[in-house]
Amino acid sequence: MFDQLSERLQGTLSDLRSRGKLTEADVDKAMREIRLALLEADVNFKVAKRFVADVREQAIGAGVLESLDPGQMVVKVVNERLAELMGGSGRELAFAARPPTVILMAGLQGSGKTTATAKLARLLIGEGKTAGVAACDTQRPAAVEQLERLGGQAGATVYSQGTERDPVDIAEWALGQARTAGLDALIIDTAGRLHIDEELMAQLAEIKKRTKPHDVLLVVDAMTGQDAVNVAEQFAAATEFDGVLMSKLDGDARGGAALSVKAVTGKPILYASTGEKLDQLERFHPDRMAQRILGMGDVLSLIEKAEKDIDASEAEELERKMRQDRFTLEDFLGQLKQVRKMGPLSSVLGMMPGMGKAMKELRGASIDDRELDRLEAIILSMTPEERANPDVIRGSRRRRIAAGSGTNVQAVKQLTRQFEQMRKMMKLMASGKMPSPESLLRGQLGARRR
Amino acid sequence: MPKSWADLLDLGDRDAAAAAPSPEDAPKRRGFLRRLRESISTSREALAAELGSSLFETLDTAAWEQLEEALIMADVGARTTAEVVGRLEAEVEAGRVEGGEAARERLVELLAELAEAGRGTIDLRPDPAVVLIVGVNGTGKTTTIGKLAWHLRREAGLKVMVAAADTYRAAAVEQLGAWAERAGCEIVRAETGQDAGAVVFDAIAAAEARGCDVVLVDTAGRLHTRHDLMEELAKVGRVIGKRLGRGPSETLIVVDATTGQNGLRQAKAFAGAVDLTGVALTKLDGTAKGGIALAIAGELGIPVKLIGVGEDIEDLRPFDAGEFSAALVGG
Ligand SMILES: Nc1nc2c(ncn2[C@@H]2O[C@H](COP(=O)(O)OP(=O)(O)OP(=O)(O)O)[C@@H](O)[C@H]2O)c(=O)[nH]1
Ligand SMILES: [Mg+2]
Repeated sequence: MFDQLSERLQGTLSDLRSRGKLTEADVDKAMREIRLALLEADVNFKVAKRFVADVREQAIGAGVLESLDPGQMVVKVVNERLAELMGGSGRELAFAARPPTVILMAGLQGSGKTTATAKLARLLIGEGKTAGVAACDTQRPAAVEQLERLGGQAGATVYSQGTERDPVDIAEWALGQARTAGLDALIIDTAGRLHIDEELMAQLAEIKKRTKPHDVLLVVDAMTGQDAVNVAEQFAAATEFDGVLMSKLDGDARGGAALSVKAVTGKPILYASTGEKLDQLERFHPDRMAQRILGMGDVLSLIEKAEKDIDASEAEELERKMRQDRFTLEDFLGQLKQVRKMGPLSSVLGMMPGMGKAMKELRGASIDDRELDRLEAIILSMTPEERANPDVIRGSRRRRIAAGSGTNVQAVKQLTRQFEQMRKMMKLMASGKMPSPESLLRGQLGARRR
Repeated sequence: MPKSWADLLDLGDRDAAAAAPSPEDAPKRRGFLRRLRESISTSREALAAELGSSLFETLDTAAWEQLEEALIMADVGARTTAEVVGRLEAEVEAGRVEGGEAARERLVELLAELAEAGRGTIDLRPDPAVVLIVGVNGTGKTTTIGKLAWHLRREAGLKVMVAAADTYRAAAVEQLGAWAERAGCEIVRAETGQDAGAVVFDAIAAAEARGCDVVLVDTAGRLHTRHDLMEELAKVGRVIGKRLGRGPSETLIVVDATTGQNGLRQAKAFAGAVDLTGVALTKLDGTAKGGIALAIAGELGIPVKLIGVGEDIEDLRPFDAGEFSAALVGG
């Protein structure tokens, strides 16, 4: 949303600036743009209204009217307030002094509870704990089979008793089993239910009463609209959930609904689910998320992901090269391969600063992972000398490489140019001089002006 | 009169006798109608409460803002809302619409016009008619297929085949199997390692061999941002085209009524991969009003054809634009 927002604000406010001094009416105009952007991102109407009022007050107080670049100032204020709205730094799961820690999953139909249950089990197992999952969705056809399969894949003990028994009894039984087995954690999957279904909400409350979970997680689809707040309030009334797990964040939904849930119920977002595979569940970082939505990338998440997926010694070597600016196309080729191990191109790029817009272009041009094949082909058609020093690639060399890789001169040119930019950014990142969000933003806005 | 199944289904020259609902369904249907009335009246009440009955009496700035707010809260989206409210405001100012009640009626009309984009029927004339069901994860594709299979048999006496082409999600095939049993229809399952296109190919052949009228194809949920998966879906469309010498007679995207503005991007992306002919709007039994369907119809010209109003097999019905719009505005 804020990709567009910073563009829009830049437009609105820089126009005004050329006329000289800004007035309060000008600021109001900018506030309307912000409100619209928030609504487009599915931020709840009431939350958006309050948010804009806050930002307006602060923006005027912060001297936006007098500043040289009011667009940037407003975006900065929006960024800060947004991170605040999403809840400072993240909370952790509460763990029981005497295991098992019990985690109860709740949510609407189709929000992604069953998959999230298995993913959470896998995450905990990855941290060295033992985990069980309880199949208490006896409602949806084949939900039990689904959890049996996914839970098994995650390495969890699956407690299921078919669909005939009462889910409350199954949950209680599973807890007893998990305790006897000495498991560290038990995650209870439940049937999706509407927040206005009194009978089923009472059943959920009963499961909670009997199993006394340490954490109740509400699973909220990132694509939810304005109704999310109603839903959350009703679930809060029935179960007093402790946190939110935001699902399907790997799409292009802005997730304004989940943010609204936080704003209205005060419950933090603990986890974000970013794909259909079992390992695609992440700790949610509110502060980083604000930047990600602002189109400023999520550098920290990217680095963490890289650390997990990329061979450590290789990474060290790479980092040294980046710092000394000795990074070559040869290394790039190796890295390309590593990156592809990290997941689909779109999810990796989405986390890189300034890539918000590039992503859109990529999508627009319908470029996907196969594009990487082309890049590889181009690099493979270069001589070692050219890979080490792309500057030598001009006219005839370019034509030879294009012919050799079955591409065209334009594509070769583009690759070398992009590589140059990338090298610059890497140098910055590797030297620990992580650009501040504002300077990244400035770079991005500057690029747009060109 | 709300739209009936007979209005919705275009059966061409199929046997009309077969299309009559069988009498033993009568008691069941009464229960069904009561359920519908109940589910509609709850969402009506909620909306009416939001708009307030006095709103259309004053028609001042505050009233317009309140109206905008109500539509945005229903997920209609800022752009579509501004358009509709702007048009109504202009008509009121020009004196073409006078008085609160007339303004309310006109608004319902404007919204219904939006919702009625394109052809509103479900084309089942070809033999067999292939209906492809697509959408993002968890919107209700499999459930809608189960319900639709049941209704096609009950309401039109059609012989239905379902194709379990979700070869990805764990236990998806078992889930559809359970629905096929409830609906009393045939099913073709994937063999291990088979891809979606192959399942659809087999299902059409089986439908022809067994004399089925309709093939409903269940596909795996996929996010519209995944190029590879959208391409796979386009391939399923091409397989159908090649096998039949024509595309599917309907391709419906299933949209969850709780979906916000992202629904528009979903519909756009799916329309890019397959030839969407309609929307099935599910989970209208909650408090979400499904206004995103208006934005989809208005901006992309893809009409809503079916609505889901619960988890039971009878909880599916033809979309009625007038009724839906009236519910959106309340009263
Ligand atoms: N309340 C309500 N629930 C519904 C409706 N339609 C579907 N559901 C529920 O939504 C959940 C998801 O439905 P599915 O049919 O499995 O959705 P799907 O699109 O096939 O899901 P994937 O194949 O996993 O992408 C189930 O719990 C259904 O019972 C509806 O109209 N109202
Ligand atoms: Mg399904």
